[in-house]
Amino acid sequence: MSNHRISLRRQLTNYFFTGLAASLSVLVVGALLAIFTYLVLKGAGSLSWNFLTQVPKPVGEPGGGVANGIVGSIIILAIASAIGVPVGIGAGVYLAEYGRGRFGDVVRFTADTLNGVPSIVIGLVAYGLVVLPQGHFSGFSAGVALAIMMVPIVARATEQMLLLVPQSVREAAFGLGIPQWRTTISITLASARAGIITGVMLAFARVAGETAPLLLTALGYQYWNLSPSQPMAALPLQIFTYANSPFDEWHRQAWAAALMLVIVIVGTTTLVRFVFLRRMLEGAR
Amino acid sequence: MGAEPERRASASASQTSEKTFVSEGRQPMGTSESPNISLVTRANKAPAQYRSRLNLDTGFRWLMTLAALAVLGVVGLIIAELLQRSSMAWHQFGIRFFFGSDWDPVSGSFGAWPFIYGTLVSSFVALLVAVPLAVAVAVFVTEMCPKPLRKPISYATELLAAIPSVIYGLWAIFVLVPLLRNYVNPLLIKYLSWTGLFVRPDYGYSMFSAAVVIAIMIVPIISSISREVLAVVPQHQREAALALGATRWEMIRMAVLRNARAGIVGAVILGLGRALGETMAVTMVIGNTPQIAKSLLAPGYSMAAVIANEFNEATGDLYRSALIEIGLALFIVTVIVNILAGLMVWSVTRGTPARTNV
Repeated sequence: MSNHRISLRRQLTNYFFTGLAASLSVLVVGALLAIFTYLVLKGAGSLSWNFLTQVPKPVGEPGGGVANGIVGSIIILAIASAIGVPVGIGAGVYLAEYGRGRFGDVVRFTADTLNGVPSIVIGLVAYGLVVLPQGHFSGFSAGVALAIMMVPIVARATEQMLLLVPQSVREAAFGLGIPQWRTTISITLASARAGIITGVMLAFARVAGETAPLLLTALGYQYWNLSPSQPMAALPLQIFTYANSPFDEWHRQAWAAALMLVIVIVGTTTLVRFVFLRRMLEGAR
Repeated sequence: MGAEPERRASASASQTSEKTFVSEGRQPMGTSESPNISLVTRANKAPAQYRSRLNLDTGFRWLMTLAALAVLGVVGLIIAELLQRSSMAWHQFGIRFFFGSDWDPVSGSFGAWPFIYGTLVSSFVALLVAVPLAVAVAVFVTEMCPKPLRKPISYATELLAAIPSVIYGLWAIFVLVPLLRNYVNPLLIKYLSWTGLFVRPDYGYSMFSAAVVIAIMIVPIISSISREVLAVVPQHQREAALALGATRWEMIRMAVLRNARAGIVGAVILGLGRALGETMAVTMVIGNTPQIAKSLLAPGYSMAAVIANEFNEATGDLYRSALIEIGLALFIVTVIVNILAGLMVWSVTRGTPARTNV
């Protein structure tokens, strides 16, 4: 009814900005599609059994693969998770169950601060803390660097998820005479399990593609190495080296490695979004 | 990102019910409402047969506190480590270190200004590109788009955030840089060369390429936090504006964007924090030349990139110490920026429960 009274200029402005917002959104989604399409087109052609099972060949020889990088990444991420996840969950439990005072706020603030520290700076610190005392670059030092990055993510996620568990559940447990530590482990943590796994997997996805700290810690390695006390190959490092190299063969391998890495990371994120998150929200209701 | 899971949760959960859970979860324990709990935890009042259990309680509590202390310890270690290992460069050059523009490791002369300049300029240009895109996506998703499109678009932007930096770098080298060099930069040179910002020579690897990559990488961060902030604007504000006869855009401008202003600025600053520390993608396209050129199409260098490139090859303690001092500066700046951003986002979202008083 009142539409006649809206002046043409105002209506045009309305249409203009609606169109603008829509087209800019299309541009952003388009960028994502462009990156993915390109990654799949370029990477899929170079993915092969040899690529997954062989170590890099010397420059100029065709073939070779990134098997050492895959294994190196798995070892480094396992070390990072082994350190980062328990500490992160512990800090999260503290924040949710005990940390209501000033000290809790300080920890919360510090965790958020740590989360914003650039990864290259974490790499510098891991270099000073582990590489220098050890005397050489190592997979272990890379694990430490990535663990530092995981802790604040896991801690804050754990806290959030524990706070979703209704207080009445804890009270029921106390009412049955179950001590607090047992309540936290077997009841609170157990009910928030799906949510905490979500947080852990998101932290994992975040650090799995990290490259900058690895440059200063794992360094990279051309051959097989399964010992975490020595320099170690890692998938993101290989992508970086290959992308900057002048060889077509290495460029193809960089795309294939990038495709693999993205499949792992996007797979993790999607799994979290569609499986765990749903289950967790059902649990919380 | 610590905020990620909670954002995901709030995206799919009905927000009010989640918020009430949180606020319920916070208060009762240990306050006067539930005295029975504090009875259990107080060792001296418990019957003897429970003593051992209660010790376990104390032990468990200490273990968890230890984990929380570890977070503080790590940040303490970061600061101590950076301060200690950069002290040599600090003693040698003092504050001049940050303003000198001569970076010549061979002669032992270190000035960090070209890197600081590169970081600031590339991040600033990235914000110029990213902010309109990110705010447009946030506004489109929360206010305009048809419901079935909402989830796919927010999911797509979240996926953009999940792609690692090094893959953006790879994509930039082989797709973005040629694209800019062949199609975009010639236009910029043709129409904007009078500003002096876009002039030949144009090699493709430049401050501008780095800024565009950073922009793509920070759009998801800014837009998802803006979305959160927009969602918090009370519904009755929108209804009031529409009832007064505003068009949808006028409603968005007056009722939504104005209310969410501080939070959006916070989101932008958070994006800035990410942009400043961005390393791999920048290293791969910025050209890695320590110079200060007016043209954005000239190669440059950034603080994070110089650490990544030169640290392992750095010979001599002074060289390393200088690079660590750059890392320290980066650390301090990003911490300040993040605190600022956190405060601004919080200033908007803290009032969330107010919505229930409608």
